[in-house]
Amino acid sequence: MSKAPAKTTKPGDVSTTGHEWDGIQEFNNPLPRWWLWTFYICIVWAIGYSIAYPAWPLIKGATPGLLGASTRADVEAEIKRFADANGPIEAKLVATDLTAISADKDLASFAGNAGKAVFATWCSQCHGLGANGAVGYPNLLDNDWLWGGDIEAIYTTVMHGVRNTEDLDARYSEMPRFGTDGLLEEAQIGEVVQYVRQLSGESHDGTKAEAGAVVFADNCAACHGDDGTGNRDLGAPNLTDAIWLYGGSEAALTQTVANARFGVMPSWAPRLSEAEVRAVAFYVHSLGGGE
Amino acid sequence: MSQTDPSETPLYSARAPVFPRRVSGSFRRLKWWLMGMMLGIYYITPWIRWDRGPTLPDQAVLLDLGNRRFFFFMIEIWPHEFYFVAGLLIMAGLGLFLFTSALGRVWCGYACPQTVWTDLYLLVERWIDGDRNAQLRLWQQKWNLRKISLRAAKWSIWLLIGAGTGGAWVFYYTDAPTLFSDLLHGTAHPAAYLWIAILTTTTFIFGGFMREQICIYACPWPRIQAAMMDEDTITIAYREWRGEPRGKHRKAEGASELGDCIDCMACVNVCPMGIDIRDGQQLECITCGLCIDACDTMMDKVGKPRGLIGYMALKDEPIERAGAKPQQVWKHIFRPRTMMYFTLWSAIGITLIVMLFLRSPFEFNVTPVRNPMYVLLSDGSIRNTYEVRLRNMQPKATTLEITMTGGEEHDFAEHPEDVELVLEGQETNVVTVAPDETLTQRIYVTAPRGSDLADERRTDVRFWLRDVDGTDRISVDSVFNGKDN
Repeated sequence: MSKAPAKTTKPGDVSTTGHEWDGIQEFNNPLPRWWLWTFYICIVWAIGYSIAYPAWPLIKGATPGLLGASTRADVEAEIKRFADANGPIEAKLVATDLTAISADKDLASFAGNAGKAVFATWCSQCHGLGANGAVGYPNLLDNDWLWGGDIEAIYTTVMHGVRNTEDLDARYSEMPRFGTDGLLEEAQIGEVVQYVRQLSGESHDGTKAEAGAVVFADNCAACHGDDGTGNRDLGAPNLTDAIWLYGGSEAALTQTVANARFGVMPSWAPRLSEAEVRAVAFYVHSLGGGE
Repeated sequence: MSQTDPSETPLYSARAPVFPRRVSGSFRRLKWWLMGMMLGIYYITPWIRWDRGPTLPDQAVLLDLGNRRFFFFMIEIWPHEFYFVAGLLIMAGLGLFLFTSALGRVWCGYACPQTVWTDLYLLVERWIDGDRNAQLRLWQQKWNLRKISLRAAKWSIWLLIGAGTGGAWVFYYTDAPTLFSDLLHGTAHPAAYLWIAILTTTTFIFGGFMREQICIYACPWPRIQAAMMDEDTITIAYREWRGEPRGKHRKAEGASELGDCIDCMACVNVCPMGIDIRDGQQLECITCGLCIDACDTMMDKVGKPRGLIGYMALKDEPIERAGAKPQQVWKHIFRPRTMMYFTLWSAIGITLIVMLFLRSPFEFNVTPVRNPMYVLLSDGSIRNTYEVRLRNMQPKATTLEITMTGGEEHDFAEHPEDVELVLEGQETNVVTVAPDETLTQRIYVTAPRGSDLADERRTDVRFWLRDVDGTDRISVDSVFNGKDN
């Protein structure tokens, strides 16, 4: 019986590596040979891996690897996979009447999430990520709508935009520049501003507002209505409510009456698909102000 | 500086194969029982059924990673309750501390999967190749038809056991009967085959060839365990004051000079780690107790008292050496250290059980939408939006009513005209959550122009969730942001 190498368990039995410095010797507790083999296996694996996958840097790019792995292609395939998977429900979204979307739970969930993504990508730059707008850019959360707040009106606004030149179906209206073009005297503008502030219950000069009512009836009522509640066909804002797109201070109102405002929104028909416009219309309609 | 020739001493050593001899005795019997019990639990558990109604899986123990649920008999753990799992893992850790400080490496010797599966593989090895001497002969023998066929038979059985190990593992993650039939028909998910292949390979290599190498070189636990053991820990030791000087009694001259150890090597031959327990405590020793069985058998044969090798605390060594009676075992086990581990362990256990019984069958979070903080409506009123997440952790649909009151000072229930609470897409403030699902519901709260809510910068409010068909009612505090923000 040839005995396996004796195991050395007592400190005195351990051999040394032969190294000695100032009387200090180094014990030789040999590494198991299989451990060494794991190093060799790793080296072989690394060589194989660098052949199979992109690895070695060249002047332009790197070696492509035999397996043709490409993270870029993976991403493209992944995007295509998602687009294909969403195909049927997008077709359903296009085929469904806008007002009927909310009745279909799955479709509504898809439209809401897709619309949120579209909004974040294309709309948030002006209207804000929370859709709360800014001065000159309408807040889409409230219940005040310039061109209508039902889902079909929102859809039309998104599809064709507002006051742009690229889409013939764009919503269009233009307020006269009462000051710049000399249509009203400066005093008349001051009076009508006080009247408008009175309409929405803000602090105002009663005498001026009384005179302003006449100016309003002659110059503004055609679009903003006799009672100042606006006209959605013309995108004429309701002047009696608490919401001001360009600010409700005397200075801001004077500026608006004198120079007018001309807010523009692009047409999204050339940029977004039918399904995307429908989704974003559904999303905006669901933000709490939809009619 | 002097140097000897380093070429004489190898830097790497091949594994010295260990051929543990079959042994019988009380510890061996205990180990068979434990092995049967633990393998039984492992293989049978995924097949136990537990009825949870039509919407939930009926597997008693299921780690449903796809749906992020963990089922354990009557308990269902959701991802947000992962602290239960964390608590169980901490208990497992403290349990190991407790057992190690009281009884040494009992985990290693009796319960560790590496030990249990190696034991099973050794059983197969003895069955195919014969006991230690036959195995040694076969190992040294040149390859011939007999050796090839024996090796083929042994490795095939090992592989089958390995496949069974991996096979049982995957059943914990999905419905076992369905997966079993899918596996047979070759239609199961590739991940199932991959995991079976990985675990078959590791079981085959670790149990068949690596064995004690895993314990000595790969496992961190033996290194940590040293910190939990002290002189009161009950562990396996050789009573060298009784055994030495060792020698073969009958042949040696002056046998009366010799100790009880007859140097029969029985304790070395049965050791699965290939060590000599008579060298004292060593890091290779997993305290499996087989050397005790081997030695006791020999002591019986030569008519000496048992216990030359046995469980003892190191504290007793000088006492026993002096011939006195050692301390009682319970005095070693019940000491501040073990009591502390046990107290911590049971405190966490009791906490978890209490939390399990106190948890509400539904849960809700209210997150105020902060972009924007509030919305001004055309009539001048102020609206806040809240994202409410409703979790129904029951196997039945639940109808919940959501209301809002003020915080501590102001109760809006007394002024219902003050605030309007609307659930997005709902006619009333009642919503139904499907069984075992989470519903996200937007809530609009509108305060009229000029009201305190609308004009104050911040008001504390409290949302209430009431089970319409039951008695449960829970609340969450939030804030209402007014115009001053």
